[in-house]
Amino acid sequence: MLKLSGRKKSNSLFHELNKNKALFIMLIPVLTVLIINNYLPMFGVILAFKDFKMSSGNFITSLFSSEWVGFKNFEFFLNTSYGFSVTRNTILFNGLFIILTLVTAVPSAIMLNEIRNSKLAKFYQTAMFLPQFMSWVVVSFLAFAFFSIDAGFINKYIVEPLGFEAIAWYSEPKYWLYILPLVTIWKTLGFNTIIYFAGISSIDTELYEAAVIDGANKWKQAINITVPLLTPLMIILTLLSIGRIFFADFGLFFQVTQNSGALYPVTLVIDTYVFNALRVMGDPSMSTAVGLYQAFVGLVLVLGANLIVKKINKDHVLF
Amino acid sequence: MASIAKKKSNIENQISTPTNILFHMIFVLFVALCIGPLILIFMVSITSESTLTANGYSFFPKEFSFQAYEYIFSDTEQIIRSYGVSLFITIAGTLLSVFIIALYAYVISRKEFKYRNFFSFLVFFTMLFNGGLVPTFMIYSNVLGWSDTLFILIFPLLVSPMYVIIMKTFFTSSIPDSLVEAAKIDGAGEWRIFFSIILRLSTPALATIGLFNTLHYWNDWFTALLYITDEKLIPLQFLLYRVQSTLEYLIQISSLSGQGAMTMADLPGQSARMALCIVTIGPIILAFPFFQKYFVKGLTIGAIKG
Repeated sequence: MLKLSGRKKSNSLFHELNKNKALFIMLIPVLTVLIINNYLPMFGVILAFKDFKMSSGNFITSLFSSEWVGFKNFEFFLNTSYGFSVTRNTILFNGLFIILTLVTAVPSAIMLNEIRNSKLAKFYQTAMFLPQFMSWVVVSFLAFAFFSIDAGFINKYIVEPLGFEAIAWYSEPKYWLYILPLVTIWKTLGFNTIIYFAGISSIDTELYEAAVIDGANKWKQAINITVPLLTPLMIILTLLSIGRIFFADFGLFFQVTQNSGALYPVTLVIDTYVFNALRVMGDPSMSTAVGLYQAFVGLVLVLGANLIVKKINKDHVLF
Repeated sequence: MASIAKKKSNIENQISTPTNILFHMIFVLFVALCIGPLILIFMVSITSESTLTANGYSFFPKEFSFQAYEYIFSDTEQIIRSYGVSLFITIAGTLLSVFIIALYAYVISRKEFKYRNFFSFLVFFTMLFNGGLVPTFMIYSNVLGWSDTLFILIFPLLVSPMYVIIMKTFFTSSIPDSLVEAAKIDGAGEWRIFFSIILRLSTPALATIGLFNTLHYWNDWFTALLYITDEKLIPLQFLLYRVQSTLEYLIQISSLSGQGAMTMADLPGQSARMALCIVTIGPIILAFPFFQKYFVKGLTIGAIKG
């Protein structure tokens, strides 16, 4: 009925607006948020191509009166030692997190599914999910309780009793190559396990029954049935995170490391660099340029990831 | 689904007892690692300051003391204020967010709405590209001048594209088109259809998104870090952050002036800091079992419909 009447009349936007007035009004609140929070800042990226100076009290007029500098801000960032190390840290850490998530969450989901006592399995699931509920500030407190120099649990009860000198965790970059991945797995494993667990639950049980008749043991079932059937989910989730590989978890790198300057060579990532450049150096043009570099490469990576999915399997395409 | 799978499978198709025990041991270990740190800071919060100075942070303190809690509750003004701010932004933000996301998702789920693909794309595109931190900050603080308002703590988190997509998927898959058409024939207007039919049928989706949002708002410290300087508007997580960053500052001074120049005794209120941390996570831990039930359901739907 509705479709017929729609076809008869003109297709103009005005007509649509009039006919579906209520529907358009329903869109307004979210549209307002999107415009202010997402679309206006996209135009704000012209800051990256200017040498921004606050000339008058007004931000907009200052923006327009500031001098165009082309790609100078980008060149400056990429030519300093920061450009390389910040990009490297972001990609290497995120890449490591992707691999670690894959090799821990999938086995963990398979094991959880096989455990005989299902009540205990539920309890494990719940307890493992707990870290996901805590803010990064809280996580930074938990980490501090372990890594504090003169009171931390690790120094007091492990390092010192073994006869070593207390380690100044927050000023020794090398340890954070291990601490950050550990904290990440600690916080996200429960969540990722549940996602794969849900994937396993949707596998047809007849497949396993047939495998038993063929004499396959549990290990063979996992390798030949569970893992192949989980592969699409693994591919999707991994590609999604590859698309985000240029965006580090700000909370992890800022809070858990306590934004300690001594750790920067290892822990400074694009996100924390942008924040520090804005807050400490007070250079909006520079930090916008770095943010744009991040967003642009991020976009290219998402599109690339999508293209790869399209090649592998059209049904699992992201968009 | 999992329980069905378990019932169906016969006894032979189970892992061997040693493997079962091994798996249990692995999970017990990981669960201990998940809960351990929380227990540690709880223990620190009820340890006397002198024990902390002498022995550091321990799971089994020599001397208990509830002084930390007495201390933080004796000067309650800031904590109560921050609790109030956090509660307000969590409740107001969650309700508003769920409501406007439902409105938008409903419209773009309606098959006869001609521009639904365009409006879906507007949301989706924000996941692909963004202006970055600085332009966003400039718009809020310099152009709109919203810094140091309660509103700024709510506004930026209102629309998460992922939630819009989840909600739209829910509407598309669980609300039959014929229902809306039947209501239309009966003479119901769009608003009436939305409020008295759609919202009522969507409790699971609304609850899932609502819970996600609650957590999102309660745990947010970043918005406050960017926009809040007024003591009156500091949410709980940001208060915790400030306490921690003072500590960091003290540590930096101590490492600059040589190892051990600053000792535990010089750091004010070790146990009080940890007590504040416990007070901050309290509500979420209490709500956790309730949360978890819905979260797992929501995640399962999301993962399967992906």
